[in-house]
Amino acid sequence: MKSLKIVFTLFMLSIAMMAVAQSEKYVQTMTATLQGMEQAKTAEEEAALAAKFERIGDAEKTQWLPYYYAALVKTRMSMAGQGDKDKLANEADAFIAKAEAISKDNSEILCIKSFNAMAKLMVDPMSRWQEYGELSANYLAAAKKADPTNPRPYMLEANSLKNTPEQFGGGCATAKPLAQKAVELYEKFKAASTIAPTWGKESAEKVVKDCQ
Amino acid sequence: MKSLFTFCFSILCLCAVVQAQVKITGTVAAKGKPIIGASITVKDTYDGGITDSSGKFSFTTTEKGNFILEARNVGYKTAEQNITLAAEDININFTLKEEVTELSAVTITAGSFEASDRKRAATVLTTLDVLTVGGANADITSAAKTLPGAQQVGEQEGLFVRGGAGYETKQFIDGMLVNNPFGTSVPDIASRGRFSPNLFKGTVFSTGGYSALYGQALSSALILESIDIPNRSEASASISSVFLGAGFQHVDKTKKSSIGINAGYTDLSAYFAIVKQKPDYFKKPAFYNADANARFKTKKGMVKYYTTFSAGKMGLRRPNINNATIKNAFDVNNTNWYNNLSWRETLKNGWKMQLGATYSTNKDLIDLQVLDADNKPTTTGINYIDTTNFALNRLEQFSQVKVVFEKRMVGINMLRFGTEHWYNDTRIKYNAFDFSLKDQLTSVFAETDIHATNDLALKLGARFEYSSIIQKANIAPRLSMAYKTGKASQMSFAYGMFYQKPENDILQFTRDINYTKATHYIVNWQRMTDLQIFRVEAFYKKYNALVKTFPAINTDGTGYAQGFEVFWRDKKTIKELDYWISYSYLDTKRDFLYYPQKLQPNFASNHTANLVTKKFVMKWKTGFNFTYTFATGRPYYFMQNTGNKFEIKDNGKTIPYNNLGFSVNYVPQAGNAKAKTFLVIMASVTNVLNSKQVFGYNYNHDGTFKQAINPPAQRFFFIGCFLSWGVNRTQDAINNNL
Repeated sequence: MKSLKIVFTLFMLSIAMMAVAQSEKYVQTMTATLQGMEQAKTAEEEAALAAKFERIGDAEKTQWLPYYYAALVKTRMSMAGQGDKDKLANEADAFIAKAEAISKDNSEILCIKSFNAMAKLMVDPMSRWQEYGELSANYLAAAKKADPTNPRPYMLEANSLKNTPEQFGGGCATAKPLAQKAVELYEKFKAASTIAPTWGKESAEKVVKDCQ
Repeated sequence: MKSLFTFCFSILCLCAVVQAQVKITGTVAAKGKPIIGASITVKDTYDGGITDSSGKFSFTTTEKGNFILEARNVGYKTAEQNITLAAEDININFTLKEEVTELSAVTITAGSFEASDRKRAATVLTTLDVLTVGGANADITSAAKTLPGAQQVGEQEGLFVRGGAGYETKQFIDGMLVNNPFGTSVPDIASRGRFSPNLFKGTVFSTGGYSALYGQALSSALILESIDIPNRSEASASISSVFLGAGFQHVDKTKKSSIGINAGYTDLSAYFAIVKQKPDYFKKPAFYNADANARFKTKKGMVKYYTTFSAGKMGLRRPNINNATIKNAFDVNNTNWYNNLSWRETLKNGWKMQLGATYSTNKDLIDLQVLDADNKPTTTGINYIDTTNFALNRLEQFSQVKVVFEKRMVGINMLRFGTEHWYNDTRIKYNAFDFSLKDQLTSVFAETDIHATNDLALKLGARFEYSSIIQKANIAPRLSMAYKTGKASQMSFAYGMFYQKPENDILQFTRDINYTKATHYIVNWQRMTDLQIFRVEAFYKKYNALVKTFPAINTDGTGYAQGFEVFWRDKKTIKELDYWISYSYLDTKRDFLYYPQKLQPNFASNHTANLVTKKFVMKWKTGFNFTYTFATGRPYYFMQNTGNKFEIKDNGKTIPYNNLGFSVNYVPQAGNAKAKTFLVIMASVTNVLNSKQVFGYNYNHDGTFKQAINPPAQRFFFIGCFLSWGVNRTQDAINNNL
């Protein structure tokens, strides 16, 4: 009886260890892929990264982060014009939907939604700013509400305001306080894990520096 | 016991330690061509890769065992192969089969300028475009005139397309015919369209070869799609040199329903006091108008109701062409009420339904009175002058019901069919004569969209119509197709037969008449990228049957129109400058009405060109819009009845038409998505260069004297201020997102 109990315990333990191993593999792969994200430059490298994140997301099924990063990569590609801008932004939408299906009311995902709306706006600002500008602002507001400690909504807002001419309520005067707030939040911000989003600090600092 | 533990432990270690890599390589191709950027995945693992520019992939995996290797790319069916991962490297080549999807399938563009808002940046004519075409004064028809295919006819309202008369173009809102799209006009002065461009999210300007869903338009269809639920609640007000307006739009918190109301008053008396007009307006144009809308989302669809009412009057005097000492006084009163109710719903099993009902009534009281020098009614005793006096009382009622079903077949192939019924009741009292014209027009139509591959689309349709007033039926086949010739380019072709019953002014004399008929052939090549569009189109239109009024009233008239058109729009090359160029070449002749032979009609120019530019200067928050239009002269004729035929006694060509329109709009909150109050100040002027514009000539009784038809004033100036106060919905947006 006792031996059976031990076997059972060991069995459970081995499952737990496998799970740990699995999760370690997830974290390791994500970490490696995230490093790739910093180095990726060409459209081909970026596309490969997005595909990699997508594979991880598809294999894991319950993790929102891979889809989140896939969406981020596609949105960045759209912004940088590494292909058909609208098409890339729409591909990001598909990843956002997958991430949201796993994690709702997620401040980080809302940030990507805002960022992606901004990418769509940038395709044709004159005829799109009214619709996508409002959408982007709404997602940022929702992102702040979902997690007031998240620095990224402030960083994104600061960046978009910095690139908006002063006449339209943008410029350094409005962007700098937001960037400073973002930097403050970045310093306090504790990422939920080593692979959770941490990006954007340099960008916020750059806004502060440029607006000196 | 110890051994068991060791055993388990060693197995666990083994899993972690044995990490020998296997290399998987191969290619992905379709129809013998490599696919770039296809995604390869060892299913349920992290491992995979994407194909490079030669369609090759290569990656390593540490997985062991049986897996499925998957190759995926947009526009193709995903392919799978079983693999066993052991020690050896694997080489696998995939051949993908095309999958026809809405995103990748080619769409047919022959004959139509589709502009569903925002779908693509390089669409042809969005609502914003209509509002910002310099000199178009936010009139949909005026803006459409800058597109290829449309003529610059300034003395009558309507779109004159590819050699067709204005009445050969019909306007549709949400699939439903608009019976009186323009305000009632006086001779030689075009009136504006009734509908504000702000009501619509999309316009399709079809210059021929359009779908079997539309009928009774010989030349062209202007298809307008109304907006769904607006983005936000807002109150608005406008004040300008010619009108005052106010409105309110309420959008439900959940954005599932909205209601709105607008009212306006237009009065040109102040404007005419400052800017002198050629005719003597004894009643300055003044109109009241009001509209209301209600919209709500259903389970998988939308119900929309829109109504608009307007009432207006104007009166003007001009010298009588036969005798300079007397005058003709026109007096026009118009009341119009328009209703449009529509319901679209997505049903089960790939079915969609669209229901619509419209009712409109239009009442015109028009009279012409010959006056003496002191503006007193007079009788000259000269028959051809005294008979110009008339009084017309016309009441038109139009109702329509339409139902269209759509079934999605295999893939994205569609079958669409439906029926519509028009009821037209027109009562005319012309001097002492009474006419009553009632027509029940029933149509049945069907069309199918066939997508054999992503590169080839085919639309086959047919339309059957029966009109009770002429007791005739017709059946009109329609065919169009598109073929993708490159990544961004495509070729389209359209063919169709088009029927239209004669206008009421013919039907009041005879019902024993057939349909007018035209056959269209159109071929088009288009290249469209993110911010640029280039298209060239050639057409041949045969008028198989046109109305003749002399020597007898029938449809024995014939004609043709042929030509080609070029369109280029570019938002890319010059930063922050959006411009388009259109050019139309038209060769057309027709023998209709009382023409003695085939002639180029007086509404057709051979060459028409437009340059539309829009530049928004961020620094000043101001947009500058210029539109330059050029058209070669149009022919004019004086024809006299010599007993058994009309003879051309005089003819000529007008001077070329030049018009530089300009508008400037100041938008202080532009770019500020958070602005609650929104202000637009707009000023515009037509014919900046003060070019002389001649639309044709009026002749006196015996043709010994002719007088140019000019616009009522050389220029039209406009200045207006539009304000809206949006109710900030950010909080709702947040709540909806959380």
